[in-house]
Amino acid sequence: MADKRSTIDEAISRLSSGMTIGIGGWGSRRKPMAIVRALLNSTLSDLTIVSYGGPDVGLLANAGIASKVIAGFVTLDSIALDPLWRQVRQRGGIDLTEVDEGLFYLGLQAAAWRVPFLPARAGLGSDVLVRNPLLKTVANPYVDGPFADPADVGAELLAMPALRLDAAFVHANAADTAGNAAFTGPDAYFDELFLGAADLRVVTAETVVAEGGLSEVGPLAKATVHRLLTDLIIETPNGAHFTSCAPNYDRDEAFQKAYVTAASDAETWAAFTTRFLAGSEADYQLAVAAFKEESQS
Amino acid sequence: MSPTRAEVCIAAIAEVWRDAGEIMASPFGTIPMVASRLAKRTFSPDLVLTDGEAAIIVGAPPITTKPQDLVREASVPYKTIFSVVWSGRRHIVMQASQIDRFGNQNLSAIGPHNQPKVQLIGVRGAPGNSVNHKTSYWVPDHSTRTFVEAVDTVCGVGYDRAKKAGVGATRFHDLPRVVSNLGVFDFSGPDHAMALVSVHPGVTIDDVVAATGFELHIGDVVETPSPTEEQMAIISELDPKGAREREIKA
Repeated sequence: MADKRSTIDEAISRLSSGMTIGIGGWGSRRKPMAIVRALLNSTLSDLTIVSYGGPDVGLLANAGIASKVIAGFVTLDSIALDPLWRQVRQRGGIDLTEVDEGLFYLGLQAAAWRVPFLPARAGLGSDVLVRNPLLKTVANPYVDGPFADPADVGAELLAMPALRLDAAFVHANAADTAGNAAFTGPDAYFDELFLGAADLRVVTAETVVAEGGLSEVGPLAKATVHRLLTDLIIETPNGAHFTSCAPNYDRDEAFQKAYVTAASDAETWAAFTTRFLAGSEADYQLAVAAFKEESQS
Repeated sequence: MSPTRAEVCIAAIAEVWRDAGEIMASPFGTIPMVASRLAKRTFSPDLVLTDGEAAIIVGAPPITTKPQDLVREASVPYKTIFSVVWSGRRHIVMQASQIDRFGNQNLSAIGPHNQPKVQLIGVRGAPGNSVNHKTSYWVPDHSTRTFVEAVDTVCGVGYDRAKKAGVGATRFHDLPRVVSNLGVFDFSGPDHAMALVSVHPGVTIDDVVAATGFELHIGDVVETPSPTEEQMAIISELDPKGAREREIKA
């Protein structure tokens, strides 16, 4: 049996500039932040980031690692707007393909199913089509016969193209050495679709157990990522920090607030970057532990 | 005690879900959230409410209820929400940073889209919501900056834009109501233009017209009904700390 355990460095070394990268999670929830931090310290550039946007998007766009973003929103949940993302957008520094979040889902699903598009009403009449002239509509082909719905004869639907990814990163509560993974929190989001849409499929996890061990972590029904969907498994404890990773931990609201405060000003942001983001993942976790101690004392 | 403006708005928003039956009510903002729970407590007991995360909750508890104290009856992770949205079994009350005469809504960005003056949250699910199920709007700061001639980015689709897109967009398109801190509106004007339905107590028609950046259809305008004593009691139970008062600027 293949052992899919790997390292952050190994995963990053498989990427190259110009790639399209999917990042799992949703907003400021269960983001593979250890990977995001490693991307920040990489020499990669010109990446296209595909994400239900949280702090991953603002960080990568602001650092110049990402030059293009495909998203329906960027939010920190408990804080509605990410200052880094706002700054990048307001200085015109990013190519944004903004789609309805349901269309985004269909784009990942189309890629995972290897069809060129999936149809939807979502987007029709909105500026999603106006701002993204590459998106096309398709005519309902069922105009007569038993499958025709008279109310939709003549309908044009939006043909959401497959969002094919060169690589996808998701963060799980637990994974096993063979490449299966479980989301034991309330929502798996769209993570299995990110993996299904990608060539290189990477799962980081709070803990990595032996093959077969996921049934002891929680109900097996939560182990929705099977090894047909993965290439590399990386253990990154606290790896979603500061986003939430229920039931392992909630969002670190104090830290997120510190991030937002620091990001509002170039000087404080430089200091924040030096303190937290300039080193390795181990350095980051030590700095976070020190931050926690400080704020408790 | 006479009701505050926020309480009038809560009662007005609750009305959008009157006789709604068994559909999902999705409120965005404190006042719409209290309103959805008021509707469920009174005239729409079958409404389906969520915990804002990934579950349907039992009953309509106070908005201050801690997550661990909510009773959940079913799991609705994000992926399944789209099956609800696209089935039409939902009436959302979204907010609008801008809204225009035909109900086009913007929550993406103010100014040019490639370099906005102010970046907002993004289109989110507004394009899909507005062409798939009932979509109403809550605007807590009615002014010529929010009620505009033309929105900068069309997220939620209005009547004119839906019509132009054809039957694919119009089939399930329905914008029942807009509630602002000044009044209640629908789209019963010519060609589905926005019409003033009622002004909140203490507000005049002229106040509303002056605060609106497009030509508002003025038909028979009444005063927005104030919440009843029974509704007032439920509102204070649902929002014991008065969070509703912080959503409207004085």
